[in-house]
Amino acid sequence: MKKIFSIPLIRGILWQVIGLLIGMGIVAGIRLAMGLPATGPYLVTEHAWVFGGFLGTLTFLAGHGVMGDWFKWWRGEATSDHHEDKPGWEKYFGPSLDHKVIGIQYAVTGLIVMILGGTFALIFRTELALEGMQFLKPAQYNTLMSMHGIVMIVVILLGIGGMMNYLVPLLIGAHDMAFPRLNSFAFWIVVPAAVWLLSSMALGGIETGWTGYPPLSANMKIVGQQMFFLAVFIVGWSSVLGGLNLIVTVVRMRAKGMTAFRMPIFVWASIATSLISLTATQLIGLSFQMVMFQRLFGMGFFDPAKGGNPVLFQHLFWFYSHPAVYVFILPGLGIVSELLPVFVRKPLFGYRWIAMSSLGIALVGFLVWAHHMFTSGMNEYLRVPFMYSTLLVAVPTGVKFFSWTATIWKGKIDNPVPTPMLFTVGAILVFLLGGLTGPPNATVSTDLHLHDTYWIVGHFHDTMFGGFMFPFFAALYYWFPKATGRRMNETLGKIHFWLMTPSFFVMSLGMMYIGLNGMRRRIADYDPALNFQPMHLVITIAGYLIALSVLVFFINLIASLRNGKVEKGNLWNSRSPEWLVESPMPAHNYEHPFEVVGEPYDYGLAGSKYVEFAKHK
Amino acid sequence: MIHFVTVGILVMVVAILTYFGATSVGLMPVQASAQAVPIDWMWNWQVIAISFLFALIVVPIFYSIFVFRRKKGDTSDAEHIEGNTPLEIAWTVIPLIIVVTFAYMGAYSLGESRRITDPEAMIVKVTARQFSWTYEYPDGFVSTELHLPVWKQVILKMEAVDVIHSFWVPEFRVKQDVVPGRVTEYRITPNLVGSYKVRCAELCGSNHAFMEGPVVVSTQADYDQWVAEQIEIASANTPEGRGKKLITENGCVGCHSVTAQPGPSAPSWFNLFGEEVHLADGSTITADEAYITESVLDPAAKEVEGYAPTIMKPFTFTQEQIADIIAYIKSLK
Repeated sequence: MKKIFSIPLIRGILWQVIGLLIGMGIVAGIRLAMGLPATGPYLVTEHAWVFGGFLGTLTFLAGHGVMGDWFKWWRGEATSDHHEDKPGWEKYFGPSLDHKVIGIQYAVTGLIVMILGGTFALIFRTELALEGMQFLKPAQYNTLMSMHGIVMIVVILLGIGGMMNYLVPLLIGAHDMAFPRLNSFAFWIVVPAAVWLLSSMALGGIETGWTGYPPLSANMKIVGQQMFFLAVFIVGWSSVLGGLNLIVTVVRMRAKGMTAFRMPIFVWASIATSLISLTATQLIGLSFQMVMFQRLFGMGFFDPAKGGNPVLFQHLFWFYSHPAVYVFILPGLGIVSELLPVFVRKPLFGYRWIAMSSLGIALVGFLVWAHHMFTSGMNEYLRVPFMYSTLLVAVPTGVKFFSWTATIWKGKIDNPVPTPMLFTVGAILVFLLGGLTGPPNATVSTDLHLHDTYWIVGHFHDTMFGGFMFPFFAALYYWFPKATGRRMNETLGKIHFWLMTPSFFVMSLGMMYIGLNGMRRRIADYDPALNFQPMHLVITIAGYLIALSVLVFFINLIASLRNGKVEKGNLWNSRSPEWLVESPMPAHNYEHPFEVVGEPYDYGLAGSKYVEFAKHK
Repeated sequence: MIHFVTVGILVMVVAILTYFGATSVGLMPVQASAQAVPIDWMWNWQVIAISFLFALIVVPIFYSIFVFRRKKGDTSDAEHIEGNTPLEIAWTVIPLIIVVTFAYMGAYSLGESRRITDPEAMIVKVTARQFSWTYEYPDGFVSTELHLPVWKQVILKMEAVDVIHSFWVPEFRVKQDVVPGRVTEYRITPNLVGSYKVRCAELCGSNHAFMEGPVVVSTQADYDQWVAEQIEIASANTPEGRGKKLITENGCVGCHSVTAQPGPSAPSWFNLFGEEVHLADGSTITADEAYITESVLDPAAKEVEGYAPTIMKPFTFTQEQIADIIAYIKSLK
């Protein structure tokens, strides 16, 4: 028993529960002392849950030990900058400062949470396969659909956190991130938030979708709604701190000779992403906090009866949540640009243009938020400038596609195609479908029809699969040998790809088709007169096939950890520095520092080198 | 050179096939409003652009993968092509021009779909509530069905009493949110006689999926006849008539069915009066005046078996009004 509680994760969760109970007790006590009722339909009142949740988050972090060094500094004790992790799996449950351990913590947590998010989707997808309500109540459907949305968003944030944390210091030749303790903190704060998010299912659920628009979200008398807001608020901290850390790392810690335009392209993508998450995340935190306060203290920010404005919430919310979709996709697109040259054995076509297109997307992305609100009742003339700015995003996105196509052109791709390259090409095709189905939504007149339909659901899944899921899988197959010294099974990888890709196209095209014909999004059941049942059945089957393919991936991942073919060298024949040293990567990265002496992607140029390692330490 | 020519031809072929393939499966529901015309025009140009750009990217990628892939025994790298600045400028500037053109077309089609063809258009007041639509006509009656005469522009002035809803008739193409605390406007000119449905397009709570209501576009003669009937019903001062008016105006029928087909969220009123009702606590009760009165004034007092806990707010009707409602319920057989 004592041994179990010595594991930081378990200890943290225990402390989290204690913190929750203490917080609840404090608020309940104060309310009783004031002569107010302290109990509610969910044991105690909402105030007690929120304060308990807030306190429980802090006690998790304190109990887990991720703030240990800060407490020591507070007491005037010095700490080492080089914490040595214990060998074995235990370090993954504790506050390691090694960016590679943290990267793997992010990625593995993301994969585990992905199982949950996917399961939610399968449950409500099964319900939708047939007309009429089969086994879910509408409120349960709404909760599952909302949870699928927000849980998958957390998965994506964890996934890109994993890729950026693991890769960026390796790619730029740093021994770690600039702020290792903050890095660990930014990961571990997600864990209590995830607990609150899942707890909302037991506390009445959330019925508003992940967007949580008031007045609905403010009127729903369920504590789950509030725990959802609290969880997202806390996850936001992870994004802000992670973005800050990454920008400082790239600005300050690049290897000698690595000028801006000699950085690996994934580093450019990470910078663009981090700029957004550092500066925009506050707005979703703020908008959710305002709804929380409207519920807790009766502040009428979005309540028209008190002079509030429900549309204001949408402006605040989308000011983050539109740029956020670029946070989700830019690292994935960076992975595509990073892997293509390795597998086609050619330089990345128009490197500078691709680098600048990421920044262009990030910056224009701040000026487009109201395209989610064309039907909202916002000022109708303002819709037109937002249409222009949104359509402008197509230009830098187009530069990426044309440059990728030109990179592939005349490339010598191995036959058979290696699994990471399959997923890279899959990412381009799926993201292409997402990119091409975007402009009709950006155009006000057609969006009046398309908004809030299944067309949007299909479009959005295209962008997320093309911009995150496919590149994430590509990255996992590609860098797995770097992290473990073994490679994943190629046959299972190909089964994963060939099962997932056609199923995904069927699913998203089916969604778009019924959406155009009148299928609304976020509905638990549909009008039999529309005759959508056959297509819904097809979409559900495709969804199950995608789940099956991901199951194959998990089997491959676990089996390869133990029995994968040992690969300690540069198996992809890459020029990138992390592949020029033996796998798995040693704890403090490069034993000898390297100097950048050439261009990163000069494949096909005889005698060229990207980096040179110093002979002596 | 031969590669570029082949790819060019293939791009055109694939683009044309994609366009005709996409349009032949029936991408849009029937067009039932004048506003749908410019919107569908815009949509058609978008499908053309999508088909062409799809082919422009997909064809060279697949062509290259199949034609240039590694030959057996070849271990060398590919040709060292770093980039081409004029090409990059071209595929930045040309898309920019296309995008601005499309944005202009979008603004133009939006303007067309908002065009005021009848400055004195009839105004129908729409009230959206969880989970029903009601319509107040200038002739002084309230209906749960929206009837419109064909080829006449009408303005819907829409208000929501609780949360945000969205008014969408797919066949009209246009969608407009209905927001608490403000009046939003929906200007439409139906141009095809038929029966459609308004479908709430903004998630508005548990039974959002079922927030649909009939929309009937009819000839002027049929419309006039319907209006006359409605006026007659509204002016017939019977208890059943007054009861029906009350339950329509207050949106009760959004959840409570008045036909043999029960709704998903609340008990049906069809054949209700005098029947045994099974309650959630396991007991049974006869649906008499006392039970119905209590259920109106305090909906949570007796929960019916098989339904989620009620979200209905207590109503403050007078005893006379409740008697009218009961009279109406009695008539549902």
